[in-house]
Order: sequence, then structure tokens, then C-alpha cells
Amino acid sequence: MFLSVATTHRPATDLGFLLHKNPHRTQDLDLGFGRAVMLYPEATEARCEFVLTLDIDPIALVRGSAGGEGLLDHYVNDRPYAASSFLSVAIGRCLGAAMGGRSKERPALAEAEIPLDVTVAPLPVRGRSDLVERLFAPLGYAVEVTRHPLDPERPDWGEAPYVTVRLRATARLADLLTHLTVLMPVLDDRKHYFVGEDEVEKLLARGEGWLPGHPERDLIVSRFLKRRGVLVRQALAQLAEAAEPEAILDPAAQEEREAGIEQPLRLHERRLDRVAQVIAESGAPGSGTQGSGVQGRGAEGAAKRVLDLGCGDGKLIARLIRDPAIAQVTGVEVSSAALARAERRAESLPEALRRKLVLLQGSLIYRDARLRGFDAAALVEVIEHVEPDRLPHLERALFGDARPATIVVTTPNRDYNVLFPSLPERQFRHPDHRFEWSRAEFGEWAERVAAEHGYAVQIESLGDIHPDFGAPSQMAVFSR
Amino acid sequence: MSRDDTTSTAVTVPDFALVVLIGASGSGKSTFARRHFRATEIISSDACRGIVADDENDQGATPDAFALLSAILDLRLKNRRLTVVDATNVRAEDRKRLVEIARRRHALSVAIVLDPGEEICRMRNASRPDRAFGPHVIRNQMAALRRGLRGLAREGFRQVHELRSEAEIAGVTLSRQRLWTDRRDEPGPFDIIGDVHGCADECGTLLERLGYAVARESRDGEPRYRVVPPPGRKAVFVGDIVDRGPRVADALRLVMDMVEDGHALCVMGNHEAKVEKWLGGRDVKVGHGLQASIDSLSAQSEAFRARARRFIGGLVSHVWLDAGRLAVAHAGIKAEMIGRASGAIRGFCLFGETTGEVDAFGLPVRLNWAAEYRGDTRVVYGHTPVTEAAWLNNTLCIDTGCVFGGRLTALRYPEMEIVAVPAAQVYAEPARPLGPAAGPGAEIASQAEADDLLDLSDVAGKRIVTTRLLPSVTIRDENNAAALEVMSRFAIDPKWLIYLPPTMSPCETAKEDGYLEHPREALDFYRREGVTQVVCEEKHMGSRALIVVCRDGDAARRRFGVAGGGLGAVYTRTGRAFFHDPQQQAEVLARTRAALDRSGLLADLDTDWVLLDAEIMPWSAKAQALIAGQYAPTAAAARIGLSAVADALRRAEARGAEIGDLKLHTAERLDRAKKFASVIRSYAWPVTRIDDLRIAPFHLLASEGRVHGDKPHSWHLGHLARLASADPLFRATATITVDPGNASEVEKAVAWWLDLTSGGGEGMVVKPADVIARGRRGITQPAVKCRGREYLRLIYGPDYDTPEHLARLRQRGLGAKRSLAFREFALGLEGLERFVAREPLRRVHECVFGVLALESEPVDPRL
Repeated sequence: MFLSVATTHRPATDLGFLLHKNPHRTQDLDLGFGRAVMLYPEATEARCEFVLTLDIDPIALVRGSAGGEGLLDHYVNDRPYAASSFLSVAIGRCLGAAMGGRSKERPALAEAEIPLDVTVAPLPVRGRSDLVERLFAPLGYAVEVTRHPLDPERPDWGEAPYVTVRLRATARLADLLTHLTVLMPVLDDRKHYFVGEDEVEKLLARGEGWLPGHPERDLIVSRFLKRRGVLVRQALAQLAEAAEPEAILDPAAQEEREAGIEQPLRLHERRLDRVAQVIAESGAPGSGTQGSGVQGRGAEGAAKRVLDLGCGDGKLIARLIRDPAIAQVTGVEVSSAALARAERRAESLPEALRRKLVLLQGSLIYRDARLRGFDAAALVEVIEHVEPDRLPHLERALFGDARPATIVVTTPNRDYNVLFPSLPERQFRHPDHRFEWSRAEFGEWAERVAAEHGYAVQIESLGDIHPDFGAPSQMAVFSR
Repeated sequence: MSRDDTTSTAVTVPDFALVVLIGASGSGKSTFARRHFRATEIISSDACRGIVADDENDQGATPDAFALLSAILDLRLKNRRLTVVDATNVRAEDRKRLVEIARRRHALSVAIVLDPGEEICRMRNASRPDRAFGPHVIRNQMAALRRGLRGLAREGFRQVHELRSEAEIAGVTLSRQRLWTDRRDEPGPFDIIGDVHGCADECGTLLERLGYAVARESRDGEPRYRVVPPPGRKAVFVGDIVDRGPRVADALRLVMDMVEDGHALCVMGNHEAKVEKWLGGRDVKVGHGLQASIDSLSAQSEAFRARARRFIGGLVSHVWLDAGRLAVAHAGIKAEMIGRASGAIRGFCLFGETTGEVDAFGLPVRLNWAAEYRGDTRVVYGHTPVTEAAWLNNTLCIDTGCVFGGRLTALRYPEMEIVAVPAAQVYAEPARPLGPAAGPGAEIASQAEADDLLDLSDVAGKRIVTTRLLPSVTIRDENNAAALEVMSRFAIDPKWLIYLPPTMSPCETAKEDGYLEHPREALDFYRREGVTQVVCEEKHMGSRALIVVCRDGDAARRRFGVAGGGLGAVYTRTGRAFFHDPQQQAEVLARTRAALDRSGLLADLDTDWVLLDAEIMPWSAKAQALIAGQYAPTAAAARIGLSAVADALRRAEARGAEIGDLKLHTAERLDRAKKFASVIRSYAWPVTRIDDLRIAPFHLLASEGRVHGDKPHSWHLGHLARLASADPLFRATATITVDPGNASEVEKAVAWWLDLTSGGGEGMVVKPADVIARGRRGITQPAVKCRGREYLRLIYGPDYDTPEHLARLRQRGLGAKRSLAFREFALGLEGLERFVAREPLRRVHECVFGVLALESEPVDPRL
């Protein structure tokens, strides 16, 4: 990676005093993770240019300093080459005094705004392509971006995700270096070290004077703190005090793509509420309203045992488990990671509710004797994650073998997709969706499955209904 | 008290039973138990009190002690272990719990009552300081015991032995007897014969077809059959000899005579049970063909009817044979019932399991117990007429409805050969048409139908899989959990997924300068293993693909149980569909099938299907996202950054600045970055249609009836090269054969490899000439790869081959990878062996699932 800083302030070679680096010497410094080399390609009265390059040790990057074999990192990655948090750290370590605005020989110059010309290459840019301008231009830089092909011999491969950036301004050198150390990792949107709470303080210190008023402040904070929600909220709250006390900020940085698309509708919340209601009302003898369960349990022994199939991290469980008419909720999930999250969430439940909960790793396309004998089962946004040719296995395992008295299945309504502004045409709402069904397709499937396995079925729309495209989501309630 | 008047009392108990000792405190139960049973067979309430409360006499601990006692009893009976309960057991409610456990585990209950008299009990207790309870306790116990004595049989005890004096107790000689059903000492061979139903003609014909000489003579005015079996063989009848057919008495006579002469075994059928009632003069409803028996038997002598009644009365519910490997029962038997005794077993063996509902033909709806059967014992049964005898989960129904005009079928065991003779005519009309149970899968075989739904318990949890190459491959719970996730979310239909390939270890790191891997190490590995001939195969740089393809949709349905017209599947090494577009897959399968056909391979292998291991090129066809998101950007970042640095150095040098070796160093790095970019380019070309792909099959894994692991690699490559001649879509694999101990041949291989890899070729795979080869310590690694110097930039980064980096990269351990490779190899071949042997899908899936689970073990992915 390459950083060049030049000035035409006369005498230009005073840059050496500001950087604490003698223009007549080439220096190198071992930083542990690699080697920094500092040299001056140009050093005259009229113009002086300082260059910092960084040679990252790719083996240590993967194996760690202990020499152990890191299993997840790949030797082939751009970290040894791209301007990233490594370069920010190198700037801090090699040019710490200059960043702090300290110069023994030229203290006045260190405080002065001088013409500066900076080049960084290759700078990774993730997200919108005009992000470089939007980050640096508000700080008073003239921004020049040079784009590169991914492979000059293969023009069909398009552009590389890296640019060469040239920034020009009349500014304090210390400010320039500070801006770079904050904004390079923001553009890159990755960090090579763990982001902890001290990172908030670092950001607040380095952002003093310019970050609170920056138009892209929220994005800078969120990315600098690697989208760690708690830290982001903490940092933004402190920044808000500085600039606009009334600001209420919700970064929502970790929201999934699907939630992002559906977000304006609060669809998932409404869907879960409705499913919980249907389950509560299902099957109980003589019950027609939601509240009847309380009496029903004592008198009839009608307390229900309910399955949440594909329970994820347990959002529906949280609703079901509070229903007194439900004696037991069994959450089944194939993903160990999601199941572990559900288990952690369950730990915060009151003991009496936690006793009602059973969590199992299981798969809907295998027959599973543990799932027999339940009163109701919910599959909320689950079937569209199953390969179409394995759906018959799910049908046989669930409708043929487990056979709960009531089965609630929800799935997106593809007809509605045209109404989502951020969803490209012919794409699914979630990258893991294997299909999305129109209302007609879902109805056809539900009718067939019900007929084959002796269930009655009713279909219902979920969410606000558009006259042409229906509701965003759809639900089938099977009962026998 | 003296032992002079000791009398001998013989007590015989079944060798698998619950033995309940009943007696007051001090009656000598523990002494009796110790004398006649092994210590591990005895559970004493005192010992259990001690375990839960540190005090054998703590009466407050009694409920917990009995909970423990019950739990131990339950587990021992589950494991088919005779168990003695040493507690007072004088009250009926105490015994009831024990008998209930025995009933649930299908164990007989035996009561042994010890009653030496109240006086002796009291004296014995008085001499024991830890038994400080009053005389009323003994008295009450005695009273309770005597009150309950007469009810013991009603409580469910099959045997009651009362020992009424000290002398009688001391004089017992106890022996054990096998259960009637336990014939494990009979190894066969057997000929198991289906429901005869009075078809004596067909039965005689079948016996003759099986090599039995059948003669009929007369003795004491009664006809008598004399049957001479082939040497060592014995017939086993599955019951239902009587009813419905034309010659019930003769059929019964034939079977009785064979059994009497020791040439046959017979189990009870539900029709025998009905006939027995009739013979006993009980009131029976005449239906289901009983009239035929009544007519036939009424015409016989009184003596014959008495003999028949005795014979049927002595029939067992099932027989357990050949060291436990085989069981025969009329209507089938569940795994947990085999070799045991209970009313439930008798009922199940006679009638099977029904839902209690009645179908459209008025017959009870049967539960398909065989679909859920998971036992290791083969079960052969009859009762339910089917059109074709077909194995399902290790069970076989051989009632092919002879009396309904079908066939009389026999299974030759252990040959597993089916022999059948057709019925001479239709003797009775079935209430329900013969055939497999009607349903959505009616057009597929019954095993395939059962295979439509795999059971989670067949794959979940920690598993130990027995394979032909390795006695046990252990799959840990957490790896299985990962496999379940991948299998459920991403894998193709398990019916096609009959195999996953093993991982492959690289060779030891090279000693040659500038190389991380070098052929000399790969060849030397096999030289040290004592392998004298290896095959070096060109390693294609594409994506691994398994291609399973059938001759036609009919073969797919018949052999893989997949209806719907698909010819097969192309899938990745983790079981995912290779092609996202089903149309592309269909096209590749059609081309593969056509090439197999045109090359004559299908005919030569005498098969309707094959499974190929292959590489599909270009790499970019499958790895475009990886190239665009990771590999090419890395090359671009290196190029852009290093070019800027080189330019700065040039300017610094021009102004006379001291830059040392920086310029050379940067130029070298830039050069390596360019080489890296060029390797990527060589593996990426645009694919717009199937003809842009290249498929290089290198292993012909299996075809009908055969896993080709017994053929040398030259056979595989030779056969597969014929595909390349048949269709340019396929590429042959370049190879050379080398003796790793021969220096000049090794040098030739090195030159060959250098030539292959200098342009960026991935490298080569070195395999012993035989697929399964022995090394110094048993079966050796099936293959070792040796990757090209340029190619390895894709694995270890553009700069990996600088001396300072190489020195560190050479420190890599191969042990874990090699162990993994071997276990996966063993599992993969095992799955195929099971598939070609037509074992149930769950048995094949177990192996495939296991490979996937092992792949989740943490091993350096760069190896």
C-alpha cells in the first residue's frame, strides 16, 4: 500500500521537520505485522514529496504471530496490498508526532494551513462509488479518483474495487493525517483488529472538530466501529450531544437485507403476531377468541403443545411462550448458530416460562419421532428456504408423520415484490430463498398438500393488501 | 438347623427372565441369590438403599432405592439379561411394578418364594445388630406373603417356585433353560417357505425344486411323509399352513412329519391359532377360509386331529436362528421383541400391528412395521400377500399369495436366493387385490417408497459406522450437527447422493529450493509405503463433480427410486447441485448418457447406471464469485499498489536517494503479482453453453452390482478415455505410470510434472496402481496430490515462494489431513458397497452423511 504526501509550501523540505523524517534518508521500521518504508521521491525547495509504503507479512497475517495455523483466514486476500486499517495504524506509529501537530523545529508551521497534495493507492471502496467524494469533499478537499480495471488483460471483468485517490487542500498536516486514519478504514469497511470500547474513545478524539458536523457522520461511526450496534449507539449518543441534542439515532446497521426491504412495513412483527394469535386460537374446544385459553387450560386440560419449526433465534417463541394456554413450546432449528442464539435468549426468560421451552436441533426433511403428538406447528418463513425438490420430504415428514392438529405456514407473496423499491426485478427478498411463490402457486401447493394428507386449509393474507398484488406475505392454516 | 435332612429340589428358570425372590426379612434371599446367580445379575433393595443414602437400612431412602432398582432392572432387561430382584417383595403392589417392567421388555417373570418359617427369620434378624426392628415386622411380612401366594400366577408370573423349609431352600439345584424361540445355535443353512394355506402340491414341488426328496408312505394306516433334505439344510415354515387351500390336511401332515423328523421348523400363524380353537371344540366364527380346514380335517382320523392339535399347541411365536442373525415370524417382529417372550410378542407375530381401522375391503389397516425396522437381525415373514418378495430394511415378506393364484416362495438362506413355484390354479379370491400397498409411491419398489423419508435418528447424534476397510469410523455429535445443517439446507435429494469423495492430502513439503510441493516427495511417500507401481494423473483445475447417470427414466425409477423422468444428478463434493440451472444439468446428463452409450460402456459394464468422479472446467464456471470477489481483486490491489511504489522508487533513485534493494524487491513482488494474475486468468474462460465446459472423469466409481474399487486405476482411465472419444465435451486425463523406487522413472515423472505445471497447471495426483492398496501399516493413502508451483499462489498467496515465506510454510502437519482422508475414503466406498448391495437408503445415507460430518472437522483447508 502506498501513501504519498507532498507540499509546495516554501521551503518545501520543511515537510521533513513536520513529519520528523529527514528528506535525505530512506528509513524503515518493523511494525510487527510488516515493514514500513519511508522515503522522499522528491525533495526540493519548490516541492517535497514523502512516501510511506507498507509491506505486510502475509504468512503472519494468517498464522498469527504465534505461528499457529489460523483456519479461517485465507492466504489469498487483499490485506497485504490494500490501504486499510493497517495503513492507519502505520501512520499512527510512524508519524505520531505529526498527527499530534507537534514539531520541535517548526511549531508554527505545524499549526499552519499549507498546500498539501496526497495520494493513496489502492484504496478499497465498498458501497456507493461516490463515497470517496462524499467523505472527503465536505472536509474541504479537492478529490480526484482514478479507477482501475480488475485485470487489464480481461476488460470483460470490469473494474477493480480499488481506486487511487488524490486529495488536495490547504490544511494542517495533522488534520489531514487524522482524516486519513479515520476515513480509510471507513471506506474499506473492515478492520484487522478487534473493535472494543476504546475504539469509541479513539474515534471521538480523532473526530473532534469535524465528525459531529460531517454529513456522513452516521455511516462513518457505524463503519469505523465495525457496525457493532452497542458501540455505535454509544458513540452516536456522545456525538449527538456535541452537535444536535435532539437527534434520535437508530443505525439499524446489522439489519438483514430482507428486513431492510420489508422494514417500512414492520412486516415481520405483524406476521409473528398474527401467527401467534392463530396458534393460540387453534384447536381449543369451543374457543373462538384469543382470551379463552386461560380458562381452557384448567378446566379441559386443553393446554397446547406447540412446535415452532425453523425457530431461528426465537422471535415467535418469545410470543408463544407467554400464552398461558400453551403448556409447551418446542423450537426446532437446523442451524446450530441460530439455535445457540435462541438458547441465549431463552436464558433471560423467567424460570416459569423457560420450563415451558424445549429447543432441539432438527431438520424438517427427516422424519423425527420427537415431533409427533403436538397440537400445533408454525413454519414462519421457512419453506422458501427448502430446495423445491426436497419439499416433498418436508411434506411427508410434517403432514404425514409428525401430523400436528394445526399447521401454520407463512411464505412471501412474490406478486408483491414489484412494490419493494429496493428489490431488483426477478430477485428474491433473501439470498437464501430457493423460491418465492405467487398467491396462486402457494394456494395450489396448500390445497394439494391438504388433500393428500387429510387436512383442511384456509389461506390468509398477511400485511396491508394492495388491490393488484395482494399482501406482502401469505399464510396457510391447515387443520385436521 | 442341621443339613442332614437336606432334600434336593430342582428349579429350572428361563435363561432370560425376571426372577423375583419373595420372602420376609431373614428368610435367606440374599444367600440364595448369591449361591445361584452371578453377582451382576442380582439387584438388591438393600444395596440400592446404600447407593442412594449410604445406609442399607435407611427405610426413608426406600422410594429412591426402588426407583434406582427399577431403572437398573429396566436397562438389564432391555439388554436381554437375566435379572434377580432381591427384596422382600411380599406385597402384591411391589411385585406389580417389577412384572410391569418385565412385560414391557418382553421378559418372562419367575417367582421364587422362600419361606423357612417365621421363627428362623426372627432368629436371624436378632443376630444382626443392623436389623433392629420389632417382631411384628416379620409377622406382618409373613402374613402378607402368604395372603398373596395364590395370586402370583394372576399377577403375571409364568413360573412360581415355593420353597417351604430351610432344608428345601438349601437343597435347591437351579438350572437355566433357553427360551423355546431361542434357536441361535442352529446356523442353517435354511430354506424359509411362505404361507402354504393348504397348497400341498405346490409345497411338494417347491421342496423338490429346493433339492428335498419327498416320499409318501403309510404307517399304522396313516399316510406319512418321508422327506430327505439336501445335506445340512432345514426348512422353516412361516406359518399359515392351514385354511383356504385344497389339501389342508396333507399340507399339515407334510409339515408335521418334517418337523418330527428334525428336517423343519415351523412358527405359528394366525390361521393355526384359529384351527387350534376349532380342534379344541371351542366356538369359532367360520370365515377367512377356515371352512377348508374344517372340511379337510374332519375327513381325517381322530388320531390325526389330536396330533394336529398337539402340534399347533407346541408352535412358537417365532424362531431366532444363526447366532442371532436371522429371525422368522409369521407376521413379522420388531427388533426389541426378537428372542423374547410375552403376550404382546405372540400377538404381534400372529397378526402384525394394526391401526384399529378397517380399509375399503373390510380388512384391518396394517401399520408398516418393516418401514421402521432398524434391527441387525434379518427378519423373514409372511402373512401379508405381496406380488413380489422384496427386501425392506433387512426384512423380507415371502408370502406371494400361492393360494390366491400367486406363487409359493422360499428364501434360501444364507444364499439369499429367492425360489418360487407358481400356483396350479386360483384356489381362493383375495379380499383385497394383491400388490404393494397403494399410495403415491405405488409405482416404485417398496424399499424405495420407505426411503422417501429418512429418519433423523438414523443419522443424528454420535455415530460409529462399521466399514469394510476400517472396523469403526466415529462421527462426533457436533460434526454431525454441522452435517445435518448442510445436508438439510443445501444438499440434493439423498436418493441421488450415494457417495461423497474423500479429501486428499498433499505430499510432504519439498526440500527443493523454491518449491513447497515436489513430485519427488509424493513418489517417495509411496516408495516408503512399499508400493511398487503408482499412477501419476494430471490434476485438472476445475471444480469437483460427481455425476450419477442412468440409461433412462425407467432405470432411475427402478434403481434409485426417483420418479419424474430425471436421468441423474451432477453434484459437488459437499452434495450440492453442481448446476444452478436444472436445464444445464439435464443437458450434461443427456450428453453423458449418450457418450456412455456410444462408447459401449453401459453394455460392457452390463449396467443401467454409472457413478463418475470428475472435474468440470473451467474453474470460473463454478467459482466466478470467488474469482471476482477475492482472487482477481487481490491481484489488482497488488498491481495498483506496487506500481505506485515502483514509480516512487524510480523517482527517488533518479534524485540520488539511497534506496538499497528496495527497487529489486518491489520489482520481484510486482512480477509475482503478475504471475498470480496470469494463473487466475488461465483457469477462467467464459461459459455461455454446455460446449464451453470440459468434463474430465477420472474414476468410474460404481455401476450395477459393482463398486469398481477392485480395479486398477489404469482400468478406470482406460474406460473413461472412451468417453472423450465419443464426445469432445469430455477430456481424457493424462497419466504416466511410475515405479517410485526407480530413480530414472522418478526423474521422468518430475520432468512430466514440471511440463504440466510450468504454465500454471494445477499439478498431479499420485495414486497406487490399485484403488485399494496396502502399505507398511495396512491400507495406505488412496492418493496424494502434488500441486504446481504457480498454482500454489492461489492457495498461499502471490508471494508464498520467497525463501523467507517458504521456510515458514514448510512447517505444516499432514497427520490430521491423512487420517481424515483415509476415514472418508473408507466411508465413501462403504456407502457404495451398500448401495450396490441394494441396502436401504438410510444405510447408504449414513456413510454419505458421515463423510460430510468428517469434512467439518477442523483441518487446514489449504492442505
